Amino acid sequence: MMMIVAIVALGALAGASGLLLGFAAIRFKIEGDPVVERIDALLPQTQCGQCGYVGCRSYAEAIAAGEADINQCPPGGQGGVAALADLLGRDPKPLDPELGPEKPKMVAVIDEQSCIGCTLCIQACPVDAILGAAKHMHTVIARECTGCELCLAPCPVDCIHMQPISPTITTWKWVYPAAEARAAA
Amino acid sequence: MTPPFPFHGGLKTVRHKTESNRETILPGSVPERLVVPLRQHVGAIAKPLVQAGDRVLKGQMIGQPDGYVSAAVHAPTSGRVVAVDQQPVPHPSGLPDWCVTIESDGQDRWIERTPVDYQRMHPSDLRNFVRNAGVVGLGGAVFPSAVKMNLSGHCERLEQLILNGAECEPWMTCDDLIMRERAVEIVAGIHILAHLLQPREVLIGIEDDKPEAIAAMNAACSGTGYQVRPVPTRYPSGGAKQLTKLLTNKEAPVNGRSTDIGVQCFNVATAYTLHRAVAHGEPVISRIVTVTGHIAQPRNIDALLGSSFADLIARCGGYREGVERLIMGGPMMGFAMHSDGVPVTKATNCILAVGADALVEPPVMPCIRCGDCVEVCPANLLPQQLYWHARAKEFDKIQDYHLFSCIECGCCSYVCPSHIPLVQYYRYAKNEIWALEKEKQRAELARRRHQARMERLEREQREREAKLRQKAPPRTASPLDGATAGQSPAEPALAAPASIAVNVERSE
Ligand code: SF4
Ligand code: SF4
Ligand code: SF4
Repeated sequence: MMMIVAIVALGALAGASGLLLGFAAIRFKIEGDPVVERIDALLPQTQCGQCGYVGCRSYAEAIAAGEADINQCPPGGQGGVAALADLLGRDPKPLDPELGPEKPKMVAVIDEQSCIGCTLCIQACPVDAILGAAKHMHTVIARECTGCELCLAPCPVDCIHMQPISPTITTWKWVYPAAEARAAA
Repeated sequence: MTPPFPFHGGLKTVRHKTESNRETILPGSVPERLVVPLRQHVGAIAKPLVQAGDRVLKGQMIGQPDGYVSAAVHAPTSGRVVAVDQQPVPHPSGLPDWCVTIESDGQDRWIERTPVDYQRMHPSDLRNFVRNAGVVGLGGAVFPSAVKMNLSGHCERLEQLILNGAECEPWMTCDDLIMRERAVEIVAGIHILAHLLQPREVLIGIEDDKPEAIAAMNAACSGTGYQVRPVPTRYPSGGAKQLTKLLTNKEAPVNGRSTDIGVQCFNVATAYTLHRAVAHGEPVISRIVTVTGHIAQPRNIDALLGSSFADLIARCGGYREGVERLIMGGPMMGFAMHSDGVPVTKATNCILAVGADALVEPPVMPCIRCGDCVEVCPANLLPQQLYWHARAKEFDKIQDYHLFSCIECGCCSYVCPSHIPLVQYYRYAKNEIWALEKEKQRAELARRRHQARMERLEREQREREAKLRQKAPPRTASPLDGATAGQSPAEPALAAPASIAVNVERSE
């Protein structure tokens, strides 16, 4: 009898702590993992899903867990791969061409004449950068658009297109000196 | 040791001052059309106050300062606004920027001018007045003066107020001429600065190749206690840090401000405009511009802001044969312009036409590690290290060598026997680092917005489920479910949550 009580008690205790640990693992996993944080900090936050995950954070988690490679983010480009390689102490590798090319940054623009106010693009935008209401014209907040292109496909009247971000006087940059590029080559 | 206290490095450059400083300042004319940029200062672009069709008077504010680090812009003459749009401006990119275009009515009629009694004004009101008068640093940096007229937090009291009349750029003479001709008004402007900043001493630094300016300033300063201090002619003595060292032997810490060592520095022409604004109620609508180089009759012109470079060059008799390049600023620190159709701004201290003969650009050779650049660097940097890292795009390492202390004076490029365009590398690296920083901020914003969206979707999902359970037949619903569902708000229209989320984000 004593024996059975002991077994039951110990079993219950083990089960309870197991549950507790499992719960803790889930509860504290995301906030507490500095590796995920640091990987996420290197990703461009375009939230486009081209890497095969729902957003940059999930991709960061997958890399940390060893489930994803470091060359799956086209918006981050070759520079992004290099930064990840540096952080994780791995060799840089070329961007996976299957997932799409590295492109200059763009911004989505809605042709406000053709927009029918269906709200489908709002539901697609990963950063809530589209404003509008049912049956009313929609518009993109350019400052907040990450250029992920996720709103293009759902639009039933194809009234959204991507526009290159042309430099303005405040974003213009001095270029790498050309004379030297020649001398160095 | 007695002053001047030499700064490290620097150069003796070939001087071309006499080309343009033999004639007096030529009064400006009123062109038929003025294109006035709304961004003529460091900081936020001024907000336009006029639109096409409006009539404006000379001195009327047409661009309002937008925030603390900003400055107003005014109509340089009376007339009609014909456009508020993007026009070519004097910028190395050649890109357009927002401008107000005014067609002159030929009457040059002033708005009512209201001088103020600065001695009775609250310091903060005076600074606001200065910001609204469009007063900015006229040495070329165009930093809003009102900001520099506020010491709060940086030092208790100013040790030295320095007036910069060094003018070390080889071709430039606009400060020389303004000191010769308008010394009394410059000193009146210094009184205002001294009243506000209460410095222990006022020092006026002038390179010793300007004897007339030194004499004029000495005469104007007699009885004021302000000290005119000639400094040796050595480029770049007119850099704020270099002049401070020369006059006080003090050096601001790396990444520090001049006020950390109790010093504040203003250009002499800035003091002049400050006086005009305060004592005459005249905002900054003109400036002295040196037009020189490959020009028929090089000269200084008191030009209305918004006049085109071409107008000024025409008034100096036009170009001489064989002009290859047009530079705004001096040959050491200036920028090549894409056209002479751009307007004069508060930053236009000099327009320099360069002939083909002066434009020999020998081929770039590899760095031979001679160390000449280190010898001349007035900022005490290691230019060839900066060069190596900029060339290799190592933007972390380059900052260990204090890239951002580089004043882009061009001394290193000037002496480099391999003719490496060193400063171009530093400008490139600085721009890349700023861009990366901005990109990081953008990414952080997107990360937060994405997270907010995911949380919202989750919440909506929970609410939907709760609602479904509530609608389900009562016998399967537990009392607990009913309670939660009852407290949750009705499901909003599909598109509404997005706008709510946006509003929340923006109001942060
Ligand atoms: S591809 Fe890159 S930017 Fe797009 S979601 Fe994945 S990690 Fe983010
Ligand atoms: S002066 Fe030119 S060649 Fe000499 S060390 Fe500096 S960069 Fe190299
Ligand atoms: S340009 Fe910069 S690195 Fe070169 S000498 Fe001047 S301060 Fe030094």
